[in-house]
Amino acid sequence: MTTLTETQAVAPNRTARKLSYVKAFNEGLAQAMREDENVFVAGEDVAGYGGVFRMFDNLLDEFGPRRMIDTPISEAALVGLGVGAAARGLRPVVDLMFMDFIGVCLDQIVNQAAKMKYMFGGSVSVPLTITTASGAGLGAAAQHSQSLEAWLAHVPGLKVVMPCDAYTAKGLTVSAIRDDNPVVVMLNKVLLGSTCEVPEEIYGIPLGQAHIARQGSDVTVIALGRMVGEALAAADELATEGVEVEVIDPRTVQPLDTETMFASVRRTNRVLVVHEAVTFGGLGAEIAAQIQDTVFDHLDAPVLRIGAPFSPVPFSPVLEKAYVPDRARIVQGCRRLLERS
Amino acid sequence: MAQRASTASKESAQVIKDLHERMVRIRLFETEAGKLMEAGKLPGFLHLYVGQEAVAAGVMAALRDDDQITSTHRGHGHAVAKGVGFREMYAELYGRATGACLGRGGSMHINDVTRGMLGANGIVGAGVPIAVGAAFAARYKGEDSVAVTFFGDGATNIGAFHEGANMAAILGLPVVFVCENNGYAEFTPQSKHMLITDVAERAAAYGMPSVIVDGMDAVAVHRAAAEAVDRARSGEGPMMIEAKTYRYFDHQGVKGLRHPYRSDEEVAEWKARDPIDLLEARAVADGTATRAELDDAWQRTRDEIAEAIAYAEASPLPDTADLLLNVYSG
Ligand SMILES: Cc1ncc(C[n+]2csc(CCOP(=O)(O)OP(=O)(O)O)c2C)c(N)n1
Repeated sequence: MTTLTETQAVAPNRTARKLSYVKAFNEGLAQAMREDENVFVAGEDVAGYGGVFRMFDNLLDEFGPRRMIDTPISEAALVGLGVGAAARGLRPVVDLMFMDFIGVCLDQIVNQAAKMKYMFGGSVSVPLTITTASGAGLGAAAQHSQSLEAWLAHVPGLKVVMPCDAYTAKGLTVSAIRDDNPVVVMLNKVLLGSTCEVPEEIYGIPLGQAHIARQGSDVTVIALGRMVGEALAAADELATEGVEVEVIDPRTVQPLDTETMFASVRRTNRVLVVHEAVTFGGLGAEIAAQIQDTVFDHLDAPVLRIGAPFSPVPFSPVLEKAYVPDRARIVQGCRRLLERS
Repeated sequence: MAQRASTASKESAQVIKDLHERMVRIRLFETEAGKLMEAGKLPGFLHLYVGQEAVAAGVMAALRDDDQITSTHRGHGHAVAKGVGFREMYAELYGRATGACLGRGGSMHINDVTRGMLGANGIVGAGVPIAVGAAFAARYKGEDSVAVTFFGDGATNIGAFHEGANMAAILGLPVVFVCENNGYAEFTPQSKHMLITDVAERAAAYGMPSVIVDGMDAVAVHRAAAEAVDRARSGEGPMMIEAKTYRYFDHQGVKGLRHPYRSDEEVAEWKARDPIDLLEARAVADGTATRAELDDAWQRTRDEIAEAIAYAEASPLPDTADLLLNVYSG
């Protein structure tokens, strides 16, 4: 059961046409490029090869080498290129392939892109979009599987979006490109092939608006990125026992729509936050703190967090499976919350 | 300017057999791993080294056990040539508890500190400064070991390479920089990611001597490496070797090309100068090895690999109760 919220009121309704996550991203990007001549894409193997995850397939054919640029393996220069070009009025989309690689260009993201407007007294904007793939589940191990949204969401000046499905991937990508700030679009590797209904026309999903992915009255599960799907599956399972779970997808983790969460807590009185990133210092901590700051009186149980253990992402599939939160752990978490009355 | 390495005269039979053995070990390790990947038995990514064997073999044959290396995402060849065992390598590819990283690392993180193998690396260029640090430690402790860092042509576009090279040069550290120039960074040909033809030119910017070698000729690589390692060991500072080489398989995995980014003719041209074939032909012509001796190396290695794969397959999976193992020391 999916509800229509105000976010979809500004976006077209879903259509019968299904599209994969990666194709929906690609379509949104292409439409944003058609819409605005200032949008260009730069990154490693994005043009000639179409991106290692096929994110940029066919864009070179349509937009040519002026707007689709293959770069050397030089991430600091790549993000810096985006910052400088954005400061001069272009709308760069730079691709970092695996999110883990932000380690080699974090200065350009954190100290330059994020702060330029502020430090320049507001005289420039940095309408930069950084696209990248995050997440575990492919046996890609510790340097190719991380979910580092908490690093970025902590930095004033950056925005961070985490699409949970194809519809959201397209809408958030379009909004990221149209936004006048640096926005990191965290695509999830495991979701790339997953499909859902996606409108053909261009649409943006407002940044900073959460979506109620499923309505329920007993427990609120706030799930980031790929965990939305796991939370919906957990909700289906619990529904067979008569437990109604409300699933909230923040969609944007910076800025974070806490109002939608607070309203939900007032209805359900129990909250579980789930993300793929390690629990310690993760966004679950921030969300839990904000909930208790504001709607403490509505809580029937302490806010529960589920995330990864405090360890790098392991390679071996058995370990990786135990590492990443899943439906079963969310079901368990909800049960624990319900046991306390 | 980089100098061109001279072509080889006659090497000792022992050196030829050593180079041959190391190359055969890499080739068979890799081709078997490729088959396992194709059969769906291995999780994760597999960046095969086949075609580049002469570089790892030539350099490693010039090293001592206590010399250190840092490697890349394409690291199996370096590990095998440095003496890391087949068993722990295959077990790692399978994600088993007996693997080189206890199943935590996979193909891209194989290491063996007991052999001076400081790890394959998933981050391009990241091994360069680490080798500089290893060389620093050697000098600090008064040891005469050297550190060798392997990297691709593409990696020399990243800051870590330039910062590492400059650091090694100004500190005069015993580091040998080995660029394995296979002409491509993923799917991008070298001409599209840098405007110079010889990566070795980059060394000049840091006051570092360099040499260019035929990376399909294990003997030539070995000579250049021996010279660079001797220099480093005797305190004359870092040096760079650029080996012109080629990878036979795709960037990752065995096949699965989406767009042809290089021609079949180009691949065939390089394969016609296969490093193992070249060395074998020369060895037989020179009389440094007999065909039977060479065949024996292949057979012994095949047997060892079959045994190692069986070992890996029979090995236990990691215990999920140990998920937090080794996150911290102590
Ligand atoms: C910092 C960083 N950027 C990008 C990548 C993705 N990547 C992995 S291998 C590779 C190409 C490396 O090319 P090269 O250094 O020439 O080595 P080769 O693959 O040819 O052996 C790229 C771009 C990465 N692993 N790390």
